[in-house]
Amino acid sequence: MFGFDFDVIWRTLPYVLGTGLVFTVKLTVVATIGAVILGTLMAMMRLSSNPVISGVAGFYVNLMRALPLILIIFWFYFLVPYIIGWVTGAGRPIAVGGFTSALITFILFEAAYFCEIMRAGIQSIPFGQIGAGYALGLNYWQVMGQIVLPQAFRNMTPVLLTQMIVLFQDTSLVYVLSLTDFLGAANNIAQRDGRMVEMFVFAAVVYFLISYVASRSVKRLERRIAIVR
Amino acid sequence: MNYHWNWLIFWADAPDGTGTYLHTLIRGAYWTLGVSALAWIIALVFGVIIGVLRTARVGWVERVCAGYVELFRNVPLLVQMFLWYFVFPEVVPQSLGNAIKQADPVWSTFWTATVCLGLFTSSRIAEQVRAGITALPRGQNMAGTALGLTRPQVYRYILLPMTVRIIMPPLTSEALNLIKNSSIAFTIGLLEITGAARSMQEFSFQIFESFTAATILYLIINLVVVVLMRLIEKWISVPGFIGTKR
Repeated sequence: MFGFDFDVIWRTLPYVLGTGLVFTVKLTVVATIGAVILGTLMAMMRLSSNPVISGVAGFYVNLMRALPLILIIFWFYFLVPYIIGWVTGAGRPIAVGGFTSALITFILFEAAYFCEIMRAGIQSIPFGQIGAGYALGLNYWQVMGQIVLPQAFRNMTPVLLTQMIVLFQDTSLVYVLSLTDFLGAANNIAQRDGRMVEMFVFAAVVYFLISYVASRSVKRLERRIAIVR
Repeated sequence: MNYHWNWLIFWADAPDGTGTYLHTLIRGAYWTLGVSALAWIIALVFGVIIGVLRTARVGWVERVCAGYVELFRNVPLLVQMFLWYFVFPEVVPQSLGNAIKQADPVWSTFWTATVCLGLFTSSRIAEQVRAGITALPRGQNMAGTALGLTRPQVYRYILLPMTVRIIMPPLTSEALNLIKNSSIAFTIGLLEITGAARSMQEFSFQIFESFTAATILYLIINLVVVVLMRLIEKWISVPGFIGTKR
């Protein structure tokens, strides 16, 4: 085996971490927040007694979960400009930046997965509590917002965080849009300096460390916040 | 909207001179199915071995197998794909590395993708197998030993046949995941469904027709796999026991 060039990693660290990893983390955090909110709303739709509302949400979730993320990324990359052009009434496609496009894609795609998690969370709350809430004179939004969802979030926190780690790994797929996320930055250096081995191994190590530590912490958290029943 | 729809584009000739765009997509479906089927075999073989070894109650074996699972689970699949494609030929002995680099690029990407997806999926199947084995009542293991069976025999005749029936539903979703994940092979140049749709989109400029076709192909394949796995599930179910409804 030839010498492993640590120098190239060291030299390009400000770019790869400062530009690349920051992009990845920003995308992960903002997309997770958006997807959890949207996913929760969709979970409430799926559990609706109105067959049209639950049908629409169910169709969307199943469609998203049946398709590969790369295909969805392409779909939204080309579709979003048309939708924005249509919504704003411009009559022509409006160009959006790479980050915005990726963010919209990840929020809409991951919402389907978060929807299923939140649905399980909402269903884990005994139905009597909802009945009790209505008996006290609360309306639907009060029952959900003050009784069901706080408990559902608490029960599902470990699962939500695990899905966030999956999302963090999935963001590497924005590579297909040639965005400069962490892997994209490492790839740029690898191509420019002909240092594939170093840069991809480095990328793998960083991804591994972050995901491993994160999933370990989630496991510890899971034990700590478990409600003893 | 001023998008120019043209659904007849599928019958137009693709510029690579190998037939119509429809042919390109169908060939893509063959690649997707080929990679997925072979990777599934690799995944089952390694997954069962690793999963069984994780219940072997030998300290270091369990740790090594747990490490295997953690390794594949905590690195994004796309990075793994790049490691197999760009890094693996560089770090193996030079003669093997050169042989890989000089191979027909179509087949080298095919085999790289197959091995990468197979091992990635195997780590996930290993977890299912382990969970399935530990879900069995302890008495089954003990009864087998009491009957005079050896450890391999206990696994072969008692534990694994039960485990397979328990883990059929998660195995189905792993099979679906594998087919979806095979789209990542597109990044190293394999023209599977997503890649074929992308190339059709680039040549024909009919963005939404291409991706609609890819979407429909994935949905059909998903449906077939779900039906197939359900048939297998029904076929192997033990009457009056797990796997049978009611």
